[in-house]
Amino acid sequence: MEALFRKVSSFSATTILILLSAIFVVLFIYAKPAIKEFGFNFITDPRWDVSVTLKNKTAAQKTDNTANSAVANVGNNQAQQNMDSDAIPQDSEDIDIPQDNDDIAISQDDDLGIAQDDDLGKSNTKTVYGGLIPIVGTVLSTILAMFFAVPIAMGISVFLAEVAPSFISKPVGMAIELLAAIPSIIYGMWGLFYFGPLVAKTFGGSSVSLLVAGMVLAVMIIPFMASLTRDSMNTTPNVLKESAYAMGATKFEVIKDVIFPYAKKGIIGSIILALGRALGETMAVAFVIGGVFSFPDKLTDPTVSIPVVLANSFAESSGMSLNALFYLALILFVISFAIISFAKFYFLREKK
Amino acid sequence: MRLVINKIVLLLSTISALIGLGFLFWILVTLTVKGIGAIDLHIFTHDLVNNGLRNLLVGQFVLALIAVIVGVPIGMIAGIYLQEYSFGNKYAEFIRNLSDVMMSAPSIVIGTFVYAVIVNPVGHQNGWAGAIALAIMMIPIVVRTTDDMLGLVPRELREAGVAIGAPKYKVIVNIIIKAAKVGIMTGILLAFARIVGETAPLLFTSGNSQYFTLNLNEVFPSLTVAIYNLATMPDENLVKIAWAGAFILTLFVLIINLFGRYLIKDKK
Repeated sequence: MEALFRKVSSFSATTILILLSAIFVVLFIYAKPAIKEFGFNFITDPRWDVSVTLKNKTAAQKTDNTANSAVANVGNNQAQQNMDSDAIPQDSEDIDIPQDNDDIAISQDDDLGIAQDDDLGKSNTKTVYGGLIPIVGTVLSTILAMFFAVPIAMGISVFLAEVAPSFISKPVGMAIELLAAIPSIIYGMWGLFYFGPLVAKTFGGSSVSLLVAGMVLAVMIIPFMASLTRDSMNTTPNVLKESAYAMGATKFEVIKDVIFPYAKKGIIGSIILALGRALGETMAVAFVIGGVFSFPDKLTDPTVSIPVVLANSFAESSGMSLNALFYLALILFVISFAIISFAKFYFLREKK
Repeated sequence: MRLVINKIVLLLSTISALIGLGFLFWILVTLTVKGIGAIDLHIFTHDLVNNGLRNLLVGQFVLALIAVIVGVPIGMIAGIYLQEYSFGNKYAEFIRNLSDVMMSAPSIVIGTFVYAVIVNPVGHQNGWAGAIALAIMMIPIVVRTTDDMLGLVPRELREAGVAIGAPKYKVIVNIIIKAAKVGIMTGILLAFARIVGETAPLLFTSGNSQYFTLNLNEVFPSLTVAIYNLATMPDENLVKIAWAGAFILTLFVLIINLFGRYLIKDKK
């Protein structure tokens, strides 16, 4: 009985490891056709669900250059082609993108042209998926959110830890903690109906944009960041602070020279944790970023982020587009895993 | 000069606190005004197909409840291992950190994972998939609280149990867990509050149904997914229902959180 209990408990602990590795492996397996098809160019390719016409001329040139590798790859490419043709929409020929030549030049690197070996006589179309726009959208909205959130969250936590008397800081601190518990969809809705239009009125542009997304994200992570930062500021021993005051230091000097250095690791760690949360946030962003596959020229342009692409198109996708979405999910998972574990292992190591 | 800088910085800090709180206050006020304006008896007695919320409220609650039933035992037993059986070895430390990392993993990625392992093989969205996605989100939270709460149980209690000859599992089940009961219950309550408001992992796992159902093998009604769909509709009536749902959800989450805090305080 004792041994059984012990085994079960040790197995349960291992489920965490199993689950995390399973998430990685399953995402990888489902993303594999897309990884094979687009390789690492996926990350730098700005085209999503765009049909590219491969003309005979380029295909023929390509054949010369890569005859050797083509032989090895024919089997593979045929399989991929079958999958592609499922994903190609009926009217794909009309959707040629403007810089056709450039794009074909890029596609050659992905050994797309090789597939032409078998049917040199016909022109062919294929659908290309690239993740650059959602990746850029994710990174930009996160940076914007951090830009707005960090100063305000720092201000709040300094206020709570040092400035406010305890009859104010206790209820306010509790309110902040409660606000961190509000579901993110609420922030998204508020952004869509109230905050977005206000931002559009003030800065121009539309009420769904990168700027609105960044700001709504900021509002969402402020409570989380502020309460974590306040907690680490509160770990500063009173003796340290008092000795600084005794030397005649002002409150600001105590904060700057005693509290910040002492709680530095915890503060940076909580900022990174908040960053990780902003990176993977879906609902607060989905309402207000616009969901448009285009690069934002200005901050007030709509764009898209990885979680939003997943949320909007996952259920209706199949074939290669689904594989490409899994590729995006895998990228998001790896990035946030890396950031969070960096924060955890380097900054927030618990002293025991 | 130093005093002036000091004044300026403290003022800035107070202002930023006011800005932050102002935004959050603004959210709560609009939510309350819009929400209370949209709530009436009709909403609680009709399903979404008749412009009501009944099936959604029940569906969301059932999904979260099953997630608790599936996730809590695994999380608790794993937490017990970390605190009672690991004796501080490296593996336990590794799992502990991994669990914290998993707690912050993007929820939508967990949705895609469950889609791949359940929805795709089954062929359609179903309630089980949604509940399991929520359970996966819940496990690391429960691990963390169990681990922390068991850590607070005094060593003497363990020794007393062992000294009267009880096997270790009996000591754990009958003494240690009993001592940490309130803390663990609170942790589970807070974890429940957190997953009940999740949307992203449900979007393509449970989907959303317009009708009342308790059959988890079918597409299942979910309040949060419905809010997301309804809020972006052009029909003002549907947006109104979305606000009502959002208000009820927030109120529910905040009340559970307050209750959890009250439990912890009461114990101290």
